[in-house]
Amino acid sequence: MIIVIPSERTPDERRVAASPDSVKRLKKLGFDICIEQGAGAASSFTDELYQAAGAEIIADQTDLFSKADIVLKVNGPLSDEIERLKPGTTLVSFFWPAQNPELLNQLAEKQVNVLAIDSVPRISRAQKMDALSTMANIGGYRAVVEAANLFGRFLTGQITAAGKIPPAKVLVIGAGVAGLAAIGTAKSMGAIVRAFDTRAEVKQQVESMGGEFLTIDIEEDGAGTGGYAKEMSKAFIAAEMALFREQAKEVDIVITTALIPGKPAPKLWLEEAVKNMKEGSVVVDMAAEQGGNCALTEPGKVVVKEGVTIVGYTNLASRLPGQASALYAQNLAHLLAEMTPEKNGQLVIDMDNEAIRGATVTKDGEITWPPPAPKLSATPAPKPESVKEKSGPVKKEKQTTSPTAIIGFWTVAGALLLLLGQSSPPEFLSHFMVFVLSIFIGWQLIWNVSHSLHTPLMSVTNAISGIIVVGALLQVSTGSFLISVLAFIATLLATINIVGGFLVTKRMLAMFRR
Amino acid sequence: MSGVVYVAYLLAAVFFILSLKGLSSHETAKAGNYYGMAGMAIAIIATIADPSVTRYWLLIPAIAIGAYVGVQKARAVEMTEMPQLIALLHSFVGLAAVLISWAGYLDPKAITLSGAAQTIHLVEIYLGIFIGAVTLTGSLIAWGKLNGNISGKPLTLPFRHGLNAIALLICAAMLYYFIQHPHAGVSTFFLVLMTVIALAIGLHLVAAIGGADMPVVVSMLNSYSGWAAAATGFMLGNDLLIVVGALVGSSGAILSYIMCKGMNRSFISVIMGGFGTDSTSTSTSSEIEGTAIEVFAPEVADELDSAKSVIIVPGFGMAVAHAQQAVKELTEQLQSRGCKVRFGIHPVAGRLPGHMNVLLAEANVPYDIVLEMDEINDDFTSTDVVMVIGANDTVNPDAMEKPDSPIAGMPVLKVWEANTVIVLKRSLASGYAGVENPLFFRDNTRMLFGDAKESLQQILKEM
Repeated sequence: MIIVIPSERTPDERRVAASPDSVKRLKKLGFDICIEQGAGAASSFTDELYQAAGAEIIADQTDLFSKADIVLKVNGPLSDEIERLKPGTTLVSFFWPAQNPELLNQLAEKQVNVLAIDSVPRISRAQKMDALSTMANIGGYRAVVEAANLFGRFLTGQITAAGKIPPAKVLVIGAGVAGLAAIGTAKSMGAIVRAFDTRAEVKQQVESMGGEFLTIDIEEDGAGTGGYAKEMSKAFIAAEMALFREQAKEVDIVITTALIPGKPAPKLWLEEAVKNMKEGSVVVDMAAEQGGNCALTEPGKVVVKEGVTIVGYTNLASRLPGQASALYAQNLAHLLAEMTPEKNGQLVIDMDNEAIRGATVTKDGEITWPPPAPKLSATPAPKPESVKEKSGPVKKEKQTTSPTAIIGFWTVAGALLLLLGQSSPPEFLSHFMVFVLSIFIGWQLIWNVSHSLHTPLMSVTNAISGIIVVGALLQVSTGSFLISVLAFIATLLATINIVGGFLVTKRMLAMFRR
Repeated sequence: MSGVVYVAYLLAAVFFILSLKGLSSHETAKAGNYYGMAGMAIAIIATIADPSVTRYWLLIPAIAIGAYVGVQKARAVEMTEMPQLIALLHSFVGLAAVLISWAGYLDPKAITLSGAAQTIHLVEIYLGIFIGAVTLTGSLIAWGKLNGNISGKPLTLPFRHGLNAIALLICAAMLYYFIQHPHAGVSTFFLVLMTVIALAIGLHLVAAIGGADMPVVVSMLNSYSGWAAAATGFMLGNDLLIVVGALVGSSGAILSYIMCKGMNRSFISVIMGGFGTDSTSTSTSSEIEGTAIEVFAPEVADELDSAKSVIIVPGFGMAVAHAQQAVKELTEQLQSRGCKVRFGIHPVAGRLPGHMNVLLAEANVPYDIVLEMDEINDDFTSTDVVMVIGANDTVNPDAMEKPDSPIAGMPVLKVWEANTVIVLKRSLASGYAGVENPLFFRDNTRMLFGDAKESLQQILKEM
């Protein structure tokens, strides 16, 4: 199959969906790659570099699209690009299906399979394809650099011959990937960094990056599904605003990164907070594209209001084009590797693969978005409830057992049970029921055991199987001398088992440490 | 049995379930173990307190001696010897099951039963002895093989599946006679004969399995010991024994199944014994070209000095050489230089499922840098140095690249994708599967021959 990579025509976009490295990787997967002339120029990837990696350079976009089986892009397709897409083509790009329902319909009608890289679920296994995290990381770095550029002072504190310089104070709101990257960058430039997030679980992460975690006195955890935050209660928001108004008097730089999936960005840094800030302070609003966390943000622009510079760039990642392209291209290469199990250049959209299922928003003319809810949160937080909804036309592709075989099996099993029931006394049958149900419990329990615990598990089950001692104990007092002797030995052996098994498990478990 | 005892049994059963559940993650594992202990204590105390149990002068010494021996065993055992200990303990359960079932047969009260109830009771006795005896000798053989007392080579008698089948048939035939005339003299003789045959089956079954498959065998025997407990539970009409036996039996079976999947082998053929021997005869040694590049400790130290990321892949060899402490020191040494060190564990590394994890834990390696095969297999490409310490078949590229290889299809750690692979090994000999490993002859592989522990200590000295 042929993969094509066109230039990005969206204004202010400097990224590209392939790097010479990713081209090499894709070639290894068995694909042929065509790249539009000059596509990587803004990212400092010359056509020669691509050619050296094994790609073909094509000057004309119409030509390029006519070859395409797979199109890799950064931004969603523009209208002229949609016209050029052939039916059956697979498009991989940022897509934002929630915000672009018409685009989704249009492409589904055109029979274009769309994988929205922004919809890759945030599960551990899919991290290598998580372009949102990649971009957020770059954006967080760039946000600090922009702020430092516009802030008229040092970030780090110094004591010089001319006098003492206090370090700048940076407040980061929202400690997701972008927030954490901003914390780390600001810290490494010497600033005092504080961070706020509604999710209590990120405290450790903030502290590990060298930030100070601000808290308010209301107990409410804002962790939603998939590693995102959810909307908070009124009382919580009021307390949060009060905290921000106070912080505004102290901090020099504010970087806001708060997003709630599928909703406009929450307004957190209100006009009053901006007014409270010192002259010359800087606000970088990383949520500008979704309306902004700061009330005075103008998306795409840098404005000065109340003496505070407010940065509303919507293309922070694109302002680091070389890095952003290189990492984005790797994300795509990982995604395609996941979809090319045979490494033979044939793309397979496997709807049983949770990561691929999540990203696929249209397939064979049908809209497959939104996907079923992800099963696991990206962060190992204590979860009170697990959301398991099955909606949409998924599943049922891999089942090989035919219904007749299933019916046949249960008919035979039922007949045998009936036979057993007719010839057996009820007492036996009640034991039998306990037996069968226990097997099922054991079955369910063991599947989830982590591999590293297999040895302790075995020694514990071994200890537990020493329960046979109960049988021996009951026999010791009945019957003859011979039986007592047998039972004595059995008790002794089983006790060794019990005591030895539990103790050795205890010893082993005590050794495991994080 | 009084209602109180019954409720105590119910509580014990619930505790055992919580115990197994707790063992599923590191955070809850310790609590799980305590649940198990509590369940066992409740069960034993409730049983002893039952009015029908009177001979305390026999019970107390039995429990005291057993507990003493158990404590000694648990204290003394080295972590490298865990598999042996567990196998040995399984044999105890097997023997206990045989004894209890025999006692059940000799118990005069059984005669009062009649009709279907009696038949079922007799079948239960028969099965209890049979499963118990197979577990007993099977575990002893496994213990011997793991301990090195018995050769790890599979014993392949001619017509061995046939032998097993005939033995089973004889047992079945004797069962038929036995349930019709339970207390005739011939029947008692048949029961003795069956016990002997079952012992022989256990012996033969495990003797036919090669040393490499011992992890599966140990967890399979774990399963058998559970079924033996369940069978005696049926015989005694004791629900607690049935529940616990079924729990242990099914959990052991699943563990073996998971292990078999780790080796891409059929579960059935392992249970039947004698597995893997049919294919290993076709050795493909002659096809490997090229020479192994031998290096010495200073060169390895240099290589590690400049590495930014290292993955250590331990195998049974690490356990044999007791090298885990040296591995830990190397890890610390590398980490202090800012190198990212992780461990890649194959599901069947070692002689027991999860054996490597236990050994590394013993040496105080934090468990969050010890990763499973699936978690780490894609990271080898971006790794500077992989150190293979005493692993062989689990890192054999043939499994993926040569469809006619005896281990084809077995999932392996793709160590060869790293920049450099350093293999610590005693010699170029093949592993348990009896297959040559082309990894050793690759361009990016360096061989460091010698005892793993000594080699590691030399490397540490050079660094």
